Amino acid sequence: MNPDRNLGALLNGTLHDTLVVSLPHFRPELCLAATIVLLLLCRMVPLLRLVDSGFIALGGVLFSLFFAWEDILSLRATAWSSSIGDLLAGRQELFGGLLAFDSLTAYIRLLLAGFLVLFILFTKVSGIPDREDGADFYTLVLGATLGMCLMASANHLLMVFMAVEMASVPSYALAGLLKGRKASSEAALKYAVYGAGAAGVMLYGLSLLAGVLGTCHLPTMARQLAALDALWMPGGAGLALAIGGLMVGVGLAFKLSAVPFHFWCPDVFAGAAAEVGAFLSVASKAAAVALLLRVAFGLGTTGPGPEHVAQMASLGETRHFIVGGIALLAALTCTLGNLAAYGQTNMKRLLAYSTIAHAGYLMMGVAAAVALAGRDAEATRSAVAAVCFYLGTYVFMNLAAFAIVALLRNSLRSEEIASYAGLIRSNPGIVVATGVVLVSLIGLPPLAGFVSKFLVFSSVMEAVMLGAERPLMLVLLVVGGANTVISLFYYLRVLKVMTFDPPPADRTADAFPLVSIPGALVTALVVPVVSLGVFWSGLYAFARLAGAFAS
Amino acid sequence: MGIAPILAVTQPAFWPLTLILFLPAIVAGILALPLIPRGKDDSIRWVGLATTIAVFVLSLWMAVPAIFGTGSAGQFTVGEAGMQAVVDQPWIPAFNINYLLGVDGISMPLVLLTTFLSVLAAAASWPIEKHVRPYWILFLLLETGMIGVFVSLDFFLFYVFWEVMLLPMYFLIGIWGGPRREYAAIKFFLYTLAGSVLMLLAILMLYFASDVGTLSDEQLIASHVVSPVLEGTERTAALAAIHSAHDAGKPVHTFNLLALAAIGQSQNSPFAATSFWGMTLESWAFLLLLIGFVIKVPVVPVHTWLPDAHVEAPTPISMILAGVLLKLGGYGIIRICYPICPGAGLSFAWLVCGLGVVSMVYGAFAALAQKDFKRMVAYSSVSHMGYVMLGLGVWSAVDGHGYQWDAWAQGVNGAMFQMLAHGISSAGMFFMVGVLYDRVHHRNLEEFGGIFNRMPLYASLAVAIFFAGLGLPGMCGFIGEVLVTLSSWNYSRLLAVCSAFTVILTAAYILWAIQRVYLGAEYKGPHGDHLTPMTRRELAIAVPLVVLAVVFGVAPQLIFNYVTPTVNRQVETLAEWTRGHDGASASAGAAASTDSEKAEFQAAIDSFSVGGGR
Repeated sequence: MNPDRNLGALLNGTLHDTLVVSLPHFRPELCLAATIVLLLLCRMVPLLRLVDSGFIALGGVLFSLFFAWEDILSLRATAWSSSIGDLLAGRQELFGGLLAFDSLTAYIRLLLAGFLVLFILFTKVSGIPDREDGADFYTLVLGATLGMCLMASANHLLMVFMAVEMASVPSYALAGLLKGRKASSEAALKYAVYGAGAAGVMLYGLSLLAGVLGTCHLPTMARQLAALDALWMPGGAGLALAIGGLMVGVGLAFKLSAVPFHFWCPDVFAGAAAEVGAFLSVASKAAAVALLLRVAFGLGTTGPGPEHVAQMASLGETRHFIVGGIALLAALTCTLGNLAAYGQTNMKRLLAYSTIAHAGYLMMGVAAAVALAGRDAEATRSAVAAVCFYLGTYVFMNLAAFAIVALLRNSLRSEEIASYAGLIRSNPGIVVATGVVLVSLIGLPPLAGFVSKFLVFSSVMEAVMLGAERPLMLVLLVVGGANTVISLFYYLRVLKVMTFDPPPADRTADAFPLVSIPGALVTALVVPVVSLGVFWSGLYAFARLAGAFAS
Repeated sequence: MGIAPILAVTQPAFWPLTLILFLPAIVAGILALPLIPRGKDDSIRWVGLATTIAVFVLSLWMAVPAIFGTGSAGQFTVGEAGMQAVVDQPWIPAFNINYLLGVDGISMPLVLLTTFLSVLAAAASWPIEKHVRPYWILFLLLETGMIGVFVSLDFFLFYVFWEVMLLPMYFLIGIWGGPRREYAAIKFFLYTLAGSVLMLLAILMLYFASDVGTLSDEQLIASHVVSPVLEGTERTAALAAIHSAHDAGKPVHTFNLLALAAIGQSQNSPFAATSFWGMTLESWAFLLLLIGFVIKVPVVPVHTWLPDAHVEAPTPISMILAGVLLKLGGYGIIRICYPICPGAGLSFAWLVCGLGVVSMVYGAFAALAQKDFKRMVAYSSVSHMGYVMLGLGVWSAVDGHGYQWDAWAQGVNGAMFQMLAHGISSAGMFFMVGVLYDRVHHRNLEEFGGIFNRMPLYASLAVAIFFAGLGLPGMCGFIGEVLVTLSSWNYSRLLAVCSAFTVILTAAYILWAIQRVYLGAEYKGPHGDHLTPMTRRELAIAVPLVVLAVVFGVAPQLIFNYVTPTVNRQVETLAEWTRGHDGASASAGAAASTDSEKAEFQAAIDSFSVGGGR
């Protein structure tokens, strides 16, 4: 700080930074915050209590979506009118460097807002939460989403911690939403205890990093890291940094439900309502991946341009460390998720392990992106784009999967896979929709899941070809390929039960028909799964834009 | 791709090829809508059959201009070696993925075989009473997938169609199959998926190693990287864009199979320049692709899905499996493995040939040991497809032979003929088994006998088809086997002896089966009273197969007219490549004799047909 700067100038600067620079890029979050306040206020006024809280939430989220859309359009306009370099120059730090606004922020916020719209519609159709719980439920959901938006744009370690907590704490309450159900309460408690532990470890790690580097601002940290040398000499800071980094990794792995910090995931998914599962598996996952990108790139790269070449080179060791950690976790997560899913009999547990496995594939993409950084800017952008595209298709795939589970629960009163036996006889449309979703999750063409996997694998392959962390990336390719084959078993088993097996004798109610409101919702979610598998240029263009954040 | 550009397409083959490819899928989509009320199963069957017939007629219009009158743009010119009827539309520009279709002498006959067998299989699907609507939807989707593999010239597109076939096949076996259908269906799916994951890795490897900037302008246009439709400044600009990117050190990757082949065959191929763990990239890609393809062929030791899938599948699906799906593997090897990775093809020739001979012999012995009629036919497929592998693999155009490619060309031509002939004969054999099974509901070879007395017409047709499978001179099975065996002599005497010896085994298991099933005094097995004569529908399926089996045996040039120009050119190019690869100076004699070799080869083919006719 400049010593002869007086208080007035400082205030003026802060005011300018907040009002003119930051807030215009913060409109989606502001909308969410305003909606939360509105939802709470409505409970206090008797007349307003008659208004369905779902629709208030939906209205607020639509505003948020609109602003997020505007943001990304303006970014795209810049990208078209100029080279990528100028676009990066347009990256802005908000609120004195706490947050970063760039194409990744814009993309993830758009994804989250779009997901919320679909999610609220889905909860209205499925009937959980009921009217009584609605205000609580939507307040918690919007609050968690606000935290997730911050996760996607965090540029400062304090903000990282705040955002993670802000996203997590409402999720704990959401997991216990089904009051009076033992499993639900147990899930919430487990989630909260795990979350608290992970948060503690993460905070300790943050303090270690901040202590060594003297700052919490990610870009400054990277510059400090680049300036450090003789890290591993006696008395060097290497050990403290490595331990700090691993501890931060624990916190991130918890949010990603990466092995070995995944134990909460199946229990929470099985105990909580399927609606909550949908929210956690999609929104939380997207935000966690974005945060992983933020932290990995924030610490491991210094930005584009010739002036940074030397710094990028001296950060090579840091990146090697980060890539090694992420790749190891990715391989473990993917394999364990898929193997554990094999024995599941409950559909929600199966989807929980499937979520874990997909976190593994996503982390492979992140690992490839970090490995490529500093070697080939174009390839790095492609790798980030692959991860972002994966998240985009994942919204539809997993939301559709959970929507089907929730809606089938409403009609069949069961979430066991066995209870779906022979559904093809009475409800061919639903079975076809489930088939499309599950096959897309396996990753077979011509569905969206295939394109996502193809993009991630191609980025890993590009890293191999360019010689970036070649042995590690080859291991990832082999693990990814083998896992695709393993995953075939358990996804197909669900389809097999639905089609080959005879219906149980004691089934009283039929599932819902495809021509109905729930059916329309499922169709609306499944159609993009198919169309994004065939015509993926559009979404990929946006993902490319998001990829521009790296380098 | 919006609506307007599609309507404005000027490529003459766009609509014919697109219709052949997607008509079945479109009709499948329409069948999925509740337009035909429940209970009207026959209407669904007729719609399905009509679709397959329409697709067959369309492909016939394309492939055999002689019938419909030549001259229409978009038709296939018989005797031309190059890629024809090319359709090229952008699909995913970010990855240079195109909707790139085309046919040549290798793929056109296979497309025709597919559409033809689909008609017959559709007719053979009439007895399927269970879940008629989904059956036909899946059947038609399967047809689109199969045709798509044969006509795709973009590796990504190829892979999409390759995978699209899996799911319909899984359900067709798993729902409509025999007692162990679930096991057979998942086994089929698992084997093929494992192979295709490896294939995907190879595709990505080749994609990232490729750079179309290394190709010359002529090659870029010939391989449709730059559309030949472009003229003047547009063409110059497109070419300049590629070259300037190359000069700036930014490689332009491609999935275009023709461009990949041109890159792979260039003397400083980037595929041969990179190595991992002591093996070149093209060797890795070749092996990965080969594993993916030989699982489909299938080859010992990855053949074990085949007997299960064939035995459990319903008759029409067995026909499709044996008639078309196995050919996809052979097609992949000839279209992708060899042209794109010639260096690896040369060094792994022994592997391909060895696998071929092992499956040939193993399949024959396994067929001899079977008690189940259908299982025996399934193992005969393993044995017969071994000839295809051997024929494709005999890379005898090496230094020691003065780079003479005629023997190798004979082998590849034989392999192609064997694929088409096996498509006819194996589909026929499975259908004949199915006819019997529909009546007596068992397939135990020990309990048959005396069918000839009870169903003389059926038995004669069946024996004819089985003789075609046996490779009797004058039937279609003979030509391919003989060409392959002869050509392998040049490559390795041992392999030639083995493959000739296998003919005896083949004769043994087929003749023994004929003896046990059709000959004998009287039928003593279960349901003897159900042995009714063939229906007209069954005759309509069996007779064309028998007729074709004889026609192709007597007049093989009907097939060779299509196949030979393309195969010979590919083999000749690869032989030239070998010469350049070895860096050996060309021996003047071999170079001059190219034309006379062609003539000799044609004479050899003609003499076979004459010999077969006698």
